[in-house]
Order: sequence, then C-alpha cells, then structure tokens
Amino acid sequence: MSTDDDQAGVLTAPAPSAAGPADLPADGPALRDWLGDMLLIRTFEETADGLALRGKVPGGMHPAIGQEAVAVGIARGLRDGDVVAGTHRSHHHALAKHLPPDAVMAELYGKRDGANGGRGGSMHLADFDRGLWGTNGIVGAGLGIALGGALGSSILRNGSVAVGLFGDGGANTGRTWEFVNLAAVWNLPLVVVCENNLYAVETASKSVTGGTSVAERAAGFGLPSHQVDGQDVLAVQVAVRAAADRARSGAGPTFLEMLTYRYKGHNSGEVVRYRTEDEVLQWRSSRDPVERFSARLTDAGLLTPEQLTDLADRARRTIDHAVTVAEESPWPDPSTAAGNVSAWSDSQGYTR
Amino acid sequence: MSAPEQGTYSTAYQAGMREEMERDATVFVLGTDLYDRGGHFSQVNGLGERFGHDRIRDTPISEAAMVASGVGAALAGARPVVDLNFMDFAYGAMDELINQAAKIRYMWGRPVPLVVRASTGVAQGGAQHNNSLQTALMNVPGLAVVYPYRPWDVKGLLKSALRGEDPVVFMMHKMLTGARGPVGGPDELVPIGRARIARPGTDVTVVTYGYGVGLAEKAAETLSGQGVDVEVVDLRTLAPLDVDTVVGSVRRTGRAVVVDEAPHLAGPAAEIIATISDRAFWYLDQPVARVTGAHSPIPHSPVLVDALLPDLDVIVRTVRDVATAQGPVLDPAVGAGAAR
Repeated sequence: MSTDDDQAGVLTAPAPSAAGPADLPADGPALRDWLGDMLLIRTFEETADGLALRGKVPGGMHPAIGQEAVAVGIARGLRDGDVVAGTHRSHHHALAKHLPPDAVMAELYGKRDGANGGRGGSMHLADFDRGLWGTNGIVGAGLGIALGGALGSSILRNGSVAVGLFGDGGANTGRTWEFVNLAAVWNLPLVVVCENNLYAVETASKSVTGGTSVAERAAGFGLPSHQVDGQDVLAVQVAVRAAADRARSGAGPTFLEMLTYRYKGHNSGEVVRYRTEDEVLQWRSSRDPVERFSARLTDAGLLTPEQLTDLADRARRTIDHAVTVAEESPWPDPSTAAGNVSAWSDSQGYTR
Repeated sequence: MSAPEQGTYSTAYQAGMREEMERDATVFVLGTDLYDRGGHFSQVNGLGERFGHDRIRDTPISEAAMVASGVGAALAGARPVVDLNFMDFAYGAMDELINQAAKIRYMWGRPVPLVVRASTGVAQGGAQHNNSLQTALMNVPGLAVVYPYRPWDVKGLLKSALRGEDPVVFMMHKMLTGARGPVGGPDELVPIGRARIARPGTDVTVVTYGYGVGLAEKAAETLSGQGVDVEVVDLRTLAPLDVDTVVGSVRRTGRAVVVDEAPHLAGPAAEIIATISDRAFWYLDQPVARVTGAHSPIPHSPVLVDALLPDLDVIVRTVRDVATAQGPVLDPAVGAGAAR
C-alpha cells in the first residue's frame, strides 16, 4: 500500500493485494510480541463467545474473531499517550491496548473487578490510563470521541494522536461524515479507521453503500485516504504509524479503510443466513491474520514451532486465568448503582 | 462597597465568558457564526478578536460533530463550550449529548467538563425554533440543566459550569436576551442546583424558572394590591432540582402554583408537583395548580402563540384562586395548559 501523504484526497492502493507486503522488521522479539497479542485476542474471543452462549455474559457480545490484525496493527502503530476509541465490536482493541484480560473478562461478566466495575460491559469498555477512550455501543460515536480527543490534543498541544474506529455500517450514518469533515477542515491529529468487515449486522454493506468504496467516499473530504489489508498486521501497523506520524507533524488527519472479516455472526450465537459457509472458509483458509503472520515470521526465521506453541500456551493460560477471575469476582455492590452520575447531583445527595 | 455593575442577560454571558477565558487558557468556545457575528444572540460578541480563531472557533453546521468534539476535548482536559445558538439544534446531536456526554462519568469514571449553551424558550420563529428541550434534558441522568432568569445568574451560573466537572446544558430564554439587571464580579459564582427566593411571601408559593419568573413577579405585584402575599421561587437550575428550597417554601405557605411554558404533558411542572406531593403533601391547604404551555407545537402567528402560553391574567387568576380557596374549587381556572 502507498502512504504518500502529499496527495490529499487521492485514493491509493485500491486493493489489499495491489501493493507488495511491507518489509518485515528484523526485530524478532517485538514481532513475536505482536503475534502473542493476536493469539491472546483470538483465544479471548473464542472463549468469551463460548461463555456468552452459556449465558455468562449478560446481554451477549460481538466477537471480533478474524479481525485481530486490525487491532494489534493499530495499537502497535501508536505511541503511549495516543488514544483509540472503538465500536460495539472492540474487545480486540481493548486487549491490543493492553487492558488486562482479567479486567475485560470480568467486565463482560458484569463483575466488580471488571475494567469498569460492571457499569460498561462488552460494548462499553474503557481505560483512559491505557488510551482506550471507550468502545461504544452507538454506531459512529467512537469516531466522534476520537475527533474530540484530537481537538483536545490540538488545543492543549499535548502531542497525542487519536484513532477513531467505525465499521462499514458506520460508513452510512451521517455523523461519521460530519466528524471526518471537521477533522479535515481543522487539520486535526486524527486517524480515521473504517474497520470494514463487509456486513452491517446482517446486511451486506455493498448492497447499501453507494460509490465504489468507503475509502473513495472519504477522499472527497480532502484528506488522504487509503485501503489497507486488515488481515496483514504489518500492513496495518505501517499505515497507522505513517498516518500517526503525519498527524503528529501537524499535517492533519488520514482515512484508512481496513478490509477485514469477522468469522462469527454479528453477535454470539447468531444464526448466520446472509453469507455462505464457503465464503467464511475462504477467508479463514487463505487470509487468516494469525496464521498469515505466524507463517511469515516462521519463513523469515523469526519464529520457531516451539516459540509458537509457547505463545499459544501462554494465551491459553492467561485467558483461563481471566475466566477464573471473572467467575470468582463478586458482583458490584447494588447500593452503588446510582452513584457517580454527576458531581452536580451527587453533591446535593440527589440521585433521582 | 460599590454598587454592582449593570448588564443585560446577553452581556452578562459575554462578560462571564471573557473572564473565564482569561482565567483559564483551556476554556474555548465552538459553534457556528461566533467569531465575526458574535453568535446569533451576541453572546460572544467581541470575544473573537480578543481570543482568536482557536478559542472562538467557527464550525460548519454539524451539530453532532460540534458536541462530539466538545465531549472528546473535555476528556482530553480542555474546557469546551459548545454554542448551538438555538437549543432546537441539539436534536442533531442528541446521541452525543445523551449517550456520550451524560454517560461517560457513570460508565467510565471520567468526568466530562462540557458546557452546551443555547438560546431557547418560546419567541418568534415558529414550530421548529421554539421547542422546550428542558423537559427532555432534565430527564437525562448525568446532565445538569440550568435556565437562568437574571443577568446575575447567567454570569454566576456560567462560572460555576466552567469550574465544575460535569456536563451542563446552559439554556437562555430568547425573550430575556436584552433584559437588564445587576451583574456580579469575576468571582461571584451562582451554585448549580440552588433555587432562590425571588420574592418572599407568606400566602402562596409560585415555582417557576426562566421567563416565567418575570411573569410570576408581575403577578405577585398585582396580587399584593389584592391582599395576597406571593412567594416566588426561581429554580435557576432544573437538574438537579433544588427540592429543599421548593419544599421549604411550600411547607411555609401551604399553597403552590407552578408556572412553566413547556408543553403540559410530563413537563417540568409535573415533576415539581410530584416532588411537592412527595415531600409537602400534609402541609398543603389546596391542591397544587399549574399554569403551563398547551400541549401543542408553537405556531407562527403571534395571536396563536399567545393563546398557548401562560399569560399574566391566567397566572394572576390561578394564584389568587389557590391562595384564597377554602375548600374544593369545582370549576377552577387552574391548570390552564390542561384546560386548553
């Protein structure tokens, strides 16, 4: 893919395979760390999906299995202090931003030791200390928070960059384009990421989306816009790092459409009738982000079978521990349920 | 001690904003037509030149993006004021206001020090510029809703809002834009969540806010000549509601009327009356009455507008009836909004 920053508004790299893969850095430990994060996410999501089906996750969840490279590539393309704001399907982003798996799992359970004490849940995870400015239950809304984070960075001159996520579904809500336009006209340090997994709940996005691509639509707002192979963690990382560097230098926002795929339905347990099993198998067998990356590392001599086994075992142990923590964590105290709504009302002892 | 400065409702806001922007470099305003025009109600007139384009920041007509950027900037540690000009335009940003700004402290423990200012209240302009959003917004956990009547309170409440931690919807009645009165100094704050006794009285309490305060004071003046001593409570803040001041007044007078221009059904008046019922029922000598806006959109023709709103005559009649009745009022002139 191209990261030519100078041609604002020009769509480049129309297909994920059009450009050659980015060069693999020789830093074996770091790259194995990325792979470890992807395996951790895969293990977490498969485990949590199973737990949701057993009724352990009140309200269910939206698994991101298949989209691991997008999250890890983004997180690894950013610096400490940078911000990510996600969507309803964002466990992968939370884990890639290194929220402790224990805290994420306990939050899914609605337990006291959850990342947000059971007030958020699967769709509303946040950890401001780790730069996760919330995953968001409302389509397009996370991008708005990231837009504001970028504005805050610009006003306070704190040097941070914000990444705002939405999906192909969010590409058809009006507010998304209000946000993109404002980021462009204000030249804000924002990286706009459309995580395009082809389906908006049960609707094939191509059937409801005008124009040739989301990235091309975005280019009309006057910011550089690229499609990225979202199943290639390195391609994602390179694109995000370039966009973040560009934002940090004061050159403004970049739009990245990441082409990816979710293996599961919209939500755990959904009976999938809107796509073929063949399609899913094709993505899984030819473009799985975990397998592709581990094969690439192996080919480059940066990963041994023993190291891969070790990473997978470590992910398994970590997630098993997270489940134990979630199971054993107490419920939050019901007497706190209406507290900390607003300092204005709490200071009056007013909770209605 | 010298007499306080005089100002208008609008210049009081300007002065408060100017002082707070001078005090705190992270305070900034964003909205449409602010830098040159000074806003549609002159609310930031002159501040553009003083503070520059970064801090008096013109936006496209993108309400969702305006409020969203305010939410995020507040999370980043700045103190944004989103100026929507007309409160009605908040409909384009309801998710940002209700689902984001209001809920982030609760869900994620992170306060959102955001002020959303807008002019509101019934005036000219027809159905789509005269909504009473206070009804909807005071029902949102996590939002404070202020609605000052006096220039003094405009300035003092703005200062409190800009020194607090949580989102405040700052509603200013259009009809009061040029109203004059004393204005406080740089550090005279008016606390959010505190009503004031606008006029002390012993016979009956009138609870109201915004433009209704002036109407209630006039009605009280008229009734004082008829031997009825009216206490007027200016709520100043609708959320959180100052229950203690309302209830305290009603317990003293034993009679109450609520004046509220919002449409009748489930409006602020309904909540105030329910609160009185909860906390002062056994102190009441008469049922509480309300004079509200009719449950109708606002039309264009001034004659039609007047027919829908609480007017001085109806308020005077209702307050007198409630203040003087000694038993059931079988055909009350009360509850004018409901009667229409």
